[in-house]
Amino acid sequence: MPPKVVLVTGLSRVIGSGLAARLAADPEIERVLGVDTVPPTRERLRRLGRVEFVRADIRNPLISKVIATAKVDTVVHASSTASNGAGGRVVSKEMNVIGTMQLLAACQRSSLVQKLVLKSTGAVYGSSPRDPVRFTEDTDINSTPTSGFARDAVEIEGYVRGLGRRRPDISITTLRLNSIIGPKLDTPLSSLFTLPVVPMPLGFDARLQLLHVDDAIAVLERATREDLPGVYNVAGSGILTLTQAIRRSGRVPLPTPTMLMPGVGRLLRNAGLVRLMPDQIRYLNFGSVLDTTRLRGEFGFSPRWTTAAAFDDFLARRGQRPLIDPDWLQTAEDSILDAATRLR
Amino acid sequence: MAQAKIIPLHSGITAPGIQAPQVEDESPNGETEYAAPLPDETPVWERKLADTLAFLRHRITGEYEVDDFGFDKELTENLLIPSLRPLYEKWFRIETIGMHNVPADGGALVVANHAGVVPIDGMMVMVALYDDHPARRHLRALGADLVFKSPFVGSMARRAGHTLACTPDAEALLSGGELVGVWPEGYKGIGKPFKDRYKLQRFGRGGFVSAALRTGKPIIPCSIVGSEEIYPMIADLKPLARLLGFPYFPITPTFPLLGPLGAIPLPSKWYIEFGEPIETAEYGPQAAEDPMLVFNLTDQVRESIQQTLYRLLSQRGNTFLG
Repeated sequence: MPPKVVLVTGLSRVIGSGLAARLAADPEIERVLGVDTVPPTRERLRRLGRVEFVRADIRNPLISKVIATAKVDTVVHASSTASNGAGGRVVSKEMNVIGTMQLLAACQRSSLVQKLVLKSTGAVYGSSPRDPVRFTEDTDINSTPTSGFARDAVEIEGYVRGLGRRRPDISITTLRLNSIIGPKLDTPLSSLFTLPVVPMPLGFDARLQLLHVDDAIAVLERATREDLPGVYNVAGSGILTLTQAIRRSGRVPLPTPTMLMPGVGRLLRNAGLVRLMPDQIRYLNFGSVLDTTRLRGEFGFSPRWTTAAAFDDFLARRGQRPLIDPDWLQTAEDSILDAATRLR
Repeated sequence: MAQAKIIPLHSGITAPGIQAPQVEDESPNGETEYAAPLPDETPVWERKLADTLAFLRHRITGEYEVDDFGFDKELTENLLIPSLRPLYEKWFRIETIGMHNVPADGGALVVANHAGVVPIDGMMVMVALYDDHPARRHLRALGADLVFKSPFVGSMARRAGHTLACTPDAEALLSGGELVGVWPEGYKGIGKPFKDRYKLQRFGRGGFVSAALRTGKPIIPCSIVGSEEIYPMIADLKPLARLLGFPYFPITPTFPLLGPLGAIPLPSKWYIEFGEPIETAEYGPQAAEDPMLVFNLTDQVRESIQQTLYRLLSQRGNTFLG
């Protein structure tokens, strides 16, 4: 059944506002409500159109009233995030876990709620050398994340499963999005490529699989409109290795002994350059790749951007200049070959 | 000169030297493709220079393809295999037998004996299948988790196309039409004392047979002679191994006595024979659930390799001269 009244959490963020704007453009949907603790930027507000902004903290029981009075039938929980600007990790965890608990409690209370879409992350699989190359939705997890955002995501998914048990009539879609990348999206991983010299673990080369932010919004939109309960991995096809990504961005990789990586990460975090948390630093050793067979089959969604294309789009739209110009390299190569021909 | 000495070790096979002309006919992406962008009269060194420069440019700009497993084809073909080639051609003077048993395309599972303390045998089979097979096939070996845990070794193994020995990866590679290599003896085979040379150890739990059955791909037994003599292990310092987290700590006549010099493998003469493929498609994917069939097939593969090893050994003259 198509949704009538949709509530989107995390409205002031790139994905939340993008999704709300897309839903608001559809006249079939009567109302679109967006919740966040801070109002969206003016530029985003313009694109949001008829979306109603509710300034509320989902940690507050007030959210229950909003859901009841607006007769919300579909909830999209897209606010959980790795980085919560100010406040650091403690506030982040509060927002992610306690916020989700409140929101789910409100959903359970309201008999009108029929659908829940959860934006989760591929980080729930952890990252270790003992994992298979591609994680399927049913893969046994070797290294359950013990800290950071990944840990929050595991807990959030647990609470959502709990809701599913108590309210089997609610259709629940959990989307595990792998590292999202986009020109306007500031993630710990993307901030790494703004450094001229990028520290990376010595002797390791993580396999990175990215998802373009447009695809992330599109997949959430499809999950909101259609009735597709279940857990689905979402990621662009193909991979880039960390060294390859650093080279593509025209930066210089700085192999750093793994023992020193947490220290380097702390230094960069304190300098305000990169917001890499310890669990994300460990992720840089091995990375992770998701199997998207179920997404492409049952769910019926194929990301438009491959990993490499998403990364190149991110670089191009950021206007990032490589340290060594590829055109210059090509010219140099041609002139060497010309010289060789003349020598003959 | 090495080729002049070849004595066919059993009937119906041809030595690599005799196969050579055939190689060029059947090779769709051999040397000829490399020369294509430049006119024919270009000297060889100039073509090589162009290739090298293009390779370096791709490395600097990151413009190369890597599959989901981390396999970097360009790096493997231009750097990893060439760096192993002297060891393959000059040091071990490897001769391959029965290459026609390896299909030119489609998935297949190469199962081989494991020996020699350091998994050089795996690398040599990889070079053999790329250099001596007409279709220049890439071997996607399945390795122990120790390999992928270790810095440098792990990332290099991934770049060469290898992956962790686990069912999902083996099946993904096989159904993707790749040539998968497996050494089911594992540490028991590679770390066995010299006195047990060429005695096959237990073949794991037959997981490789299940993977082949489920994907319906043939199993190709591969027997390697010569690998046992590269580092003759006369003792195993178990307490030290446990301390360092290694599966064994080898003592050879030269290691650790001669220090780093002891790391040089002895130049034994190698033969790699690929046996008749054992088809699994006829059993159907459900057969993987039948433990008795899995055990029987495992034994059949093991027996085939063991018999070939004995035959190759009896035909081999001197360990180092062949």
